[in-house]
Amino acid sequence: MNVVVITILTLAILGTVAALVLFFVAQKFKVFEDPRIDLVEEALPAANCGGCGFPGCRAFAEALVKSDDISALNCPVGGADTMNAVAGILGKEVGTAAPLIAVVRCYGTCDNRPKTNHYDGAGSCAVAASLYGGDTGCSYGCLGEGDCVEACKFDAMYMDPKTGLPVIKDNCIACGACVEACPKDIIELRKVGPKGRRIFVSCINKDKGGVAKKSCEVACIGCGKCVKVCPFDAITMENNLAYIDYEKCKLCRKCVPVCPTHAIHEINFPPPKEKTEAKDEAIVEGKAADKPVAEKAVTDAPVGTRLVVAKPAANATIADKPMAKNTDSEETISEETNISKPADAELADRVKKDITASSDDKNKED
Amino acid sequence: MLKTFSLGGIHPPENKFSAGKKIEVLPVPAQVTVPISQHIGAPATPVVAKGDLVKVGTLLAKSAGFVSANIHSPVSGSVLKIDDVLDPSGYRKPAIFIKVEGDEWEESIDRSTQLKKEITASSEEIIKTIANAGIVGLGGATFPSHVKLSVPPGKTCDLLIINAVECEPYLTADHQLMLEKGDEIMVGTQIFMKALKVDKAIIAIENNKPDAIKHLQSLASSYPGITVEPLKVQYPQGGEKQLIDACIKRQIPSGKLPIEVGAVVQNVGTTVAVYEAVQKNKPLFERVVTVTGKSVTKPSNFLARIGTPISNLIEAAGGLPQDTGKVIGGGPMMGKALVSTDIPITKGSSGILIIKNEESKRKPVQNCIRCGKCITVCPMGLEPYLLMTVSDKAMYDIAEERRIMDCIECGSCSYTCPSSRPLLDYIRLGKGKVGQIMRSRTK
Repeated sequence: MNVVVITILTLAILGTVAALVLFFVAQKFKVFEDPRIDLVEEALPAANCGGCGFPGCRAFAEALVKSDDISALNCPVGGADTMNAVAGILGKEVGTAAPLIAVVRCYGTCDNRPKTNHYDGAGSCAVAASLYGGDTGCSYGCLGEGDCVEACKFDAMYMDPKTGLPVIKDNCIACGACVEACPKDIIELRKVGPKGRRIFVSCINKDKGGVAKKSCEVACIGCGKCVKVCPFDAITMENNLAYIDYEKCKLCRKCVPVCPTHAIHEINFPPPKEKTEAKDEAIVEGKAADKPVAEKAVTDAPVGTRLVVAKPAANATIADKPMAKNTDSEETISEETNISKPADAELADRVKKDITASSDDKNKED
Repeated sequence: MLKTFSLGGIHPPENKFSAGKKIEVLPVPAQVTVPISQHIGAPATPVVAKGDLVKVGTLLAKSAGFVSANIHSPVSGSVLKIDDVLDPSGYRKPAIFIKVEGDEWEESIDRSTQLKKEITASSEEIIKTIANAGIVGLGGATFPSHVKLSVPPGKTCDLLIINAVECEPYLTADHQLMLEKGDEIMVGTQIFMKALKVDKAIIAIENNKPDAIKHLQSLASSYPGITVEPLKVQYPQGGEKQLIDACIKRQIPSGKLPIEVGAVVQNVGTTVAVYEAVQKNKPLFERVVTVTGKSVTKPSNFLARIGTPISNLIEAAGGLPQDTGKVIGGGPMMGKALVSTDIPITKGSSGILIIKNEESKRKPVQNCIRCGKCITVCPMGLEPYLLMTVSDKAMYDIAEERRIMDCIECGSCSYTCPSSRPLLDYIRLGKGKVGQIMRSRTK
């Protein structure tokens, strides 16, 4: 009996002492943390992508709570909704950052940019870039090993096996992971634009015009025609390369048709309603017999889901074919299918074959 | 028991097909393309302009800094243009195009073949002449030679090692040079000794070149201070650190240069170039290049002018074989696949290796099986499998801690990996990134 009492008493005293020590230690070393940080963190999407510029959502929440002016801070994943919720919690003004989206500034597809050699090294753009300029004549363009796709945490990118280039889907939230991953700095974050419409120079080749054009059909050759035609001074020319400032660009599309190499891409615009319209339709109809899918895409595809690469009036045909991989047509940036004049189709095919054959030979040689 | 280095190493098949083939003088091409960046360090600054007439040996581009080198015209003719051209690095870089007209040399160059033994120049004069002649390490690293000869204050040099190891399989340029220019090598070595103020020099040769060893040994008896050291065949013995370890058993601390242990290493090709520069006043504008490969009809050693397109050399060696998969600039271990046969020969081109299609393909990459072979063969005592992973995962702090910067990029790890993992590819990438981080830290 005595033993039991002593045991209980000893434990009780020990417990009390330990509790007192812990209580005072807790008081002494208390770290004050603003309870709003937890609230803000909960409001954030918890993607921890780093798109805000902070290492994870927690760090961003801390920054939001601590700084007085949060108008410059933005969560690209949550967008305006999340920022408004944060504003509600903190009672601060949030800015209205225009949503951005990543764009791939290279259209050097297998057809446009013939391969001059075959890369056989480790499957990483970073490794390839550390070795040499690339497997085509253009040492600026996409290497096609897919480091950007690997870096994307939102499943907003995929490699198009046909073009060998990455494609960015509409669910891109512009976290910038791909921009960081690309060793060639091809990917750029640009304004999404009204109705998703945007215009950009899809090339970063700084070589002189002749060299650039030789290595890639759709390279910017630095001719300066777009700079001259732009009424808003939005286009600058540096190192033989045009750049469209998306803050100044008013999406007038004047630069698109003047580009001799079709290096300027317009996305999500309705097809141009110009004199050539009738001709276009005829061509599409002519092709419709053997390509019903293409025609369907033209008629059914919702406006605002098409990547249109403008062609000069003569063979300006725009028939978009939804990507096989993309079942969700809402977010399809479809591939540009160039249907040239039917009479030329056969010739074009033959030329293409020749090019492939000669590039194969070249591969062997190199 | 022959000496060799203590850590790691491999012994790939030697395949020295062009051994014993006399050095042929390659005809001067109709046009040469001389890149202005043929060495480690700052690219040279061109001093000629379009339309200028140049002679063989005329200065084309001036050294742009301490670690940089002059570039001289390899031909006589007129400058066509200065434009970007694909060079062995795989990128387009500026180069001077010269249209060849005749073959007129600068009057100051002594074209006689007579051996000039007596060294009249002083130590400082020698270093200055070498810098002016644009001589760089001809083993392939292309480090400006005059920089190596300028011993930093506080350090002393007591030994010169002439690197005649030629441990890369296939290549025989240095081997042939030793057989044909033995006396020049001896005088060149003495010039180096005088420049460094040392009285001892070792010419290190791997034991797979017994004729060269014998030839140089017989010559060495009449040149005081020079000994010829046969070494066991082991790759990468031609690395400076490995060579010093093999010859004199001194280990260079991590991140330091050979001068730390009182030794300077110079390549045997460089030695001949230095002899010609100091004794004959001839700048570096031509070099011996091995053109070889299993399928090459006529494996050869050529004396080619810098700027000659490699297609000319391949033609001279019997043309490009049908089943070629890769053309490599340099040896099979450290060389780099070239993207075009129009690429010009540079000061660093020790060889052109033609690989058959079926041999050129990489095997599919498999998982690391933790066998540790890469660690066993690494001559720097690194852990390649780990360095590859941390480089791939961007864990550069660990990479730096594990001495990634010590990697000499010899490729032994990739060669030996049973899972065919691209170890060196990723280590090289990590090295680049860690180097960037380290440089930004010191700024």
